[in-house]
Amino acid sequence: MIRFVKKALADIRSNRFLNFITIITISLSILIVSIFMLFFENTSRFIEVWNQGGRAVIYLEKDFFRDRLPDLEAKIRGLGEVDEMVFIPKAQALDKLKKEMSSRTQFFKTLKTNPLPDAIEIKMKAHGSFEQIQSFARKIESLALVENVEYGQGWLGKFLNIFNLFKITGYAMCGLFLLIALFITANTVRLAFYSRRLEVEIMRLVGATEGFIKMPFYVEGLLQGFLGGVVGLVILLCGYLAIASGIAENLVTYVHIDIQFLSVRAILIILFSSTFLGWFGCYLSLKQILK
Amino acid sequence: MNADKNKNSIIRLFNVSKRYGAKLALDDVSLDVEPGEFIFVSGPSGAGKSTLLRVLYLAEMVSEGQILIDGMNLSRISSRKLPFLRRRFGMVFQDFKLIPSRTVFENVALVLEVAGESPNFIRKKVMQVLRITGMEKKANALPLTLSGGEQQLVAVARAVVGEPAIILADEPTGSLDDKAAQAIMDFLMEYHKRGATILVASHNLHLMESTVRGRNIVLEEGKLKTISTML
Repeated sequence: MIRFVKKALADIRSNRFLNFITIITISLSILIVSIFMLFFENTSRFIEVWNQGGRAVIYLEKDFFRDRLPDLEAKIRGLGEVDEMVFIPKAQALDKLKKEMSSRTQFFKTLKTNPLPDAIEIKMKAHGSFEQIQSFARKIESLALVENVEYGQGWLGKFLNIFNLFKITGYAMCGLFLLIALFITANTVRLAFYSRRLEVEIMRLVGATEGFIKMPFYVEGLLQGFLGGVVGLVILLCGYLAIASGIAENLVTYVHIDIQFLSVRAILIILFSSTFLGWFGCYLSLKQILK
Repeated sequence: MNADKNKNSIIRLFNVSKRYGAKLALDDVSLDVEPGEFIFVSGPSGAGKSTLLRVLYLAEMVSEGQILIDGMNLSRISSRKLPFLRRRFGMVFQDFKLIPSRTVFENVALVLEVAGESPNFIRKKVMQVLRITGMEKKANALPLTLSGGEQQLVAVARAVVGEPAIILADEPTGSLDDKAAQAIMDFLMEYHKRGATILVASHNLHLMESTVRGRNIVLEEGKLKTISTML
């Protein structure tokens, strides 16, 4: 095996330019895929954080009376998906609003009655998905005295739609770029094979098996794929270090989540995929040439 | 007695013909070669000398007839077993067929590498053969920096390094001057003395007669015309 690796390295050295182009092509494709993975990993983590105990506000009907609260709280707890529960009387809600909008005191002076309803703020237990949260919210809304439930369904729903759209686009883009990289790798192997046709012919004449002839090409493909993956990830890491910290600082203010680099699992998947890509490009090419 | 003798033949051809379209390159050739024989295949250009060697190492399949190598029928050999059959041959070509990007050492070592020999054994064996051919000092040279005679010596070194039972040489002296040609023939004779069966296709009858003790097979238009003994 060491012999084949040495041979493959020697072949890469003798065809430096061609191999450089191939490795760069693979690395750019891997970079695109990695960017999407970075986005999906962080977004998924954010959604997961939200699902792991998001908050919701249950707005109560106008004719709600405080003496009905224990009964309602018991029913909500009976649904079994609530960690914490705090009743917020409408007067307290108005005071809080006034503090938050202290610059608009004039507006509050014009109010003759408190327009806010009584509310119960709950911290939900972990839910597997947005659909489960929706289902739980519908159950609460069906209870007597509950007007509606606000749990970020508007923006989170839209966000999830955009996220899913990105996901589909991401898969398509990744597939396209990986196909391009596959095509380039296969083409490089084909060119390398043709440039070594005499060598292959002589090897056959002296009794080399097909495996012995193919092995250096496969090792070359594997090395190209692996190096392409490493270079792609290094470029991504540099880009991440350069810009992610600034973005993360800004995002933390709003969504309480920091942007993290790819997990070890994702890095291993990317390296395995790029190495496989190099091997598969080689396999396709040799299969066609040696047909 | 003759039947027993034939049983021991290392190469047997039964009514072998080879067609290229309408042209018959070999026409109903039958031949038995004993182990350790030196066979000189002569004849004019286009007589079928090279074709005869090519069908032996399965660069070409015969159109008709059968060939047995050491009892193995070549028409029944699978592509998977073909490399192992070729390892029984050492081959020398008029155009040398050396890999230009590999050194002399690496070209000769290739035969042992494909056979899966260890790096230590390869180093020792290749240097030993290069020493005999006088190419030891050029072990690290690339083939294209060598003269024609030197390149052919490397090709012969490659043919013998695996100590094959049969050496096939197709016009090994064709493009060489007399001195270089004689060096190649002397080297082949040296291996013949060690017991190798050698078939040399050449039109240089004079060189062969002055060097070789063996059988001369004359081909004309693909037909085996005469078999004579060279003393």
